[in-house]
Amino acid sequence: MALLQISEPGEAPVPHARKRAIGIDLGTTNSLVATVRHGLAVVLPDTEGRPLVPSIVRYGEDGVTTGYDAMAKQASDPQNTIVSVKRLMGRGLSDLDDDRRFPYRFVDAPGMVRIATRAGVKSPVEISADILRALRARAESSLGGPIDGAVVTVPAYFDDAQRQATKDAATLAGLPILRLLNEPTAAAIAYGLDNASEGVYAVYDLGGGTFDISILRLSRGVFEVLATNGDSALGGDDFDHRVFCWIIEAANLPPLSPADARLLLVKSREAKENLSDHDEAIVAATLADGSKVNAMLTRAIFTEITANLVNKTMQPVKRALRDAKMAPEDVKGVVLVGGATRMPQVRRAVGAFFGQPPLTNLNPDEVVALGAAVQANKLAGNRERNDDWLLLDVIPLSLGLETMGGLTEKIIPRNSTIPVSRAQEFTTYKDGQTAMAIHVLQGERERVSDCRSLARFELRGIPPMVAGAARIRVTFDVDADGLLEVSAREQATGVQAAITVKPSYGLSDGEIAHMLKDSFAHAADDMQARALGEAQVEADQIADATRAALAADGDLIDAGERAEIDAALADLAAKRAGDDHLALRAAVENVNRVTGEFAGRRMDRGVARALTGKRIDALSQ
Amino acid sequence: MIDFSRNHFELFGLPARYRVDAAALDGAYRKLQTEVHPDRFASASDADRRAALQASARVNEAYRALKDPVQRAQYVLSLNGVDGLGETDTQLPLDFLERQLERREEASDALANEDEPALAALRDSVRAEARALEERLVGELDAARDFAKARPRVRELTFLSKLADDIDAMAATLD
Repeated sequence: MALLQISEPGEAPVPHARKRAIGIDLGTTNSLVATVRHGLAVVLPDTEGRPLVPSIVRYGEDGVTTGYDAMAKQASDPQNTIVSVKRLMGRGLSDLDDDRRFPYRFVDAPGMVRIATRAGVKSPVEISADILRALRARAESSLGGPIDGAVVTVPAYFDDAQRQATKDAATLAGLPILRLLNEPTAAAIAYGLDNASEGVYAVYDLGGGTFDISILRLSRGVFEVLATNGDSALGGDDFDHRVFCWIIEAANLPPLSPADARLLLVKSREAKENLSDHDEAIVAATLADGSKVNAMLTRAIFTEITANLVNKTMQPVKRALRDAKMAPEDVKGVVLVGGATRMPQVRRAVGAFFGQPPLTNLNPDEVVALGAAVQANKLAGNRERNDDWLLLDVIPLSLGLETMGGLTEKIIPRNSTIPVSRAQEFTTYKDGQTAMAIHVLQGERERVSDCRSLARFELRGIPPMVAGAARIRVTFDVDADGLLEVSAREQATGVQAAITVKPSYGLSDGEIAHMLKDSFAHAADDMQARALGEAQVEADQIADATRAALAADGDLIDAGERAEIDAALADLAAKRAGDDHLALRAAVENVNRVTGEFAGRRMDRGVARALTGKRIDALSQ
Repeated sequence: MIDFSRNHFELFGLPARYRVDAAALDGAYRKLQTEVHPDRFASASDADRRAALQASARVNEAYRALKDPVQRAQYVLSLNGVDGLGETDTQLPLDFLERQLERREEASDALANEDEPALAALRDSVRAEARALEERLVGELDAARDFAKARPRVRELTFLSKLADDIDAMAATLD
């Protein structure tokens, strides 16, 4: 840029220097995107004012649709309309306790299950990326340009595989990711900053498909997670399913087609939601063969058929409190998060356990996205009032290694504050052993087969020594996203036998790069939007800078030069209103060209001003 | 970012003693994390982000070691050249071991009977004994500075702490 401007550190020369930062709640049922505007976190709605994006992706004959558009087709095209994909993130087919609940055509694959759709075989990462792309597009059109940084939330109880899958999905969607943030922690930020709270708080987060409980201490701007627990396969979906099973039993229905099953599931969800405000709900549907289903569900029956689901959330609550070394009465407030906490029986159970009515003054659907936006804003470097706070989070599940006899040796215990780095030494057990197999595990159980296998690798090139002489140091590093990196090194001889692995789940870096290229090729308009956004930022900067320069030093140019610059600026403004990024770039270049001479004279004047009053001998030194 | 050659106490600017001022430790920890946490360097260069990660992990490690009375005791011993963890040379007193064995059996019985209050009571009594030991260690480690003499006590404390955690884990299976 010809018109060089240097501003004070921390002061934006133009409004656009403020980073476009967003927080994304990638939910099982619904997703949201939020940002901080004028110091306040707000959810970004669609053009019709709807804040939520249903987390549904449809691979139709005419391309990919997401959100409400996909939702409208879920009963008529269930095998190509993917709902609740979050439940599949980082999971193999054998991990799904009941894959018959999903009407999809599953394809087993190493690491992570895939789904055969009209658009080909899709991994949960790719499907999630399609949801994230829709959120990114909404944010870019709302904020008027490309996103500089995003915080994406994950359930606190997500393991390494699920976290990595989420991060991969964000990368695939072209989001510059600043951090993965735990959902209950995000809620605590939104709640705590709003209420200037101090003390120990519990966040009970029952979402569409995941349950988290976090115990936090809030004190003088520090959010310290003491313990977290949960169930990454328990949520509002399961309550829908109970209603669904009840209808089948009550109406004595035969096995259903995928379309009928999805229709009844949708009706079950509606009935569940109705029961939050009413004592009874009618479930009425007409199946494909014309037969009608009509059943009345009362709140009492609903409470009864879901009682063990509510109870199932209480075990993690007790364990989290135990790990935090707290009793229920030590908790000053309980924050409810997630749409499923609207169910009266859930509120009653939580209130009874903690001996106090839970706090519900923030919208349980939005609070996670709002907290994520606040964190994103801070991480991107936008300054706000009250941004002097710090977040200290933990890992939810212990990390360890397989040792002799199929047992796990814990290296980093659960609820360790992150980032954390810990090393342990192992040795060879045979004379002349030159390689060592390392198997990385996550979970609380003693037996390897009961824990999640994260990675296997071999350290080779250990110099031959007698058994027990080699010293192999295995280091676990968990970063602030809660993601693990493992390295191993032979220490005794100083011979370089070292390796570092990042567990990856069915997707290698190469595959991700390939998918990225693919998605760019198929989404040329995506690229176009980004290029246009960047060109617009540049155009605004040069226009602002040129006007400022004309105001300050307009006397340096004659009327002819002035007219030329004004014309170039007018052309720039015209191109700025269009959507051709190449034309806009050309206009920017033109402004640069016609202001070149002016910029040179300003520079001379600036130097002359700086030199005024200085003696020659002072300058020559 | 931080001086990695400093010991845990120096890192937090605290005297290297067994008895710590918990509020001062908490305050120093938070202040340090505010300076080095990776969140402060989210938009910085790769090298700075890496440095922040290492510094923050180091601060977390030091805090964990000083906050827990058992690890802190072991750390004070190691700073004074005594290995608090080696289990080959000194035996724990026989009557101490017998008492803990009895407790373990009581805990197993309570677990079999799904008697959560009994487990909680047992754990509380183990924790109370551990706290009494911690008080004695203040005398031995800080006042007398007789580290060799304190060593078996530190091992008893380690043992009791492990027992209390095991009882807790048993209780967790009843949740």
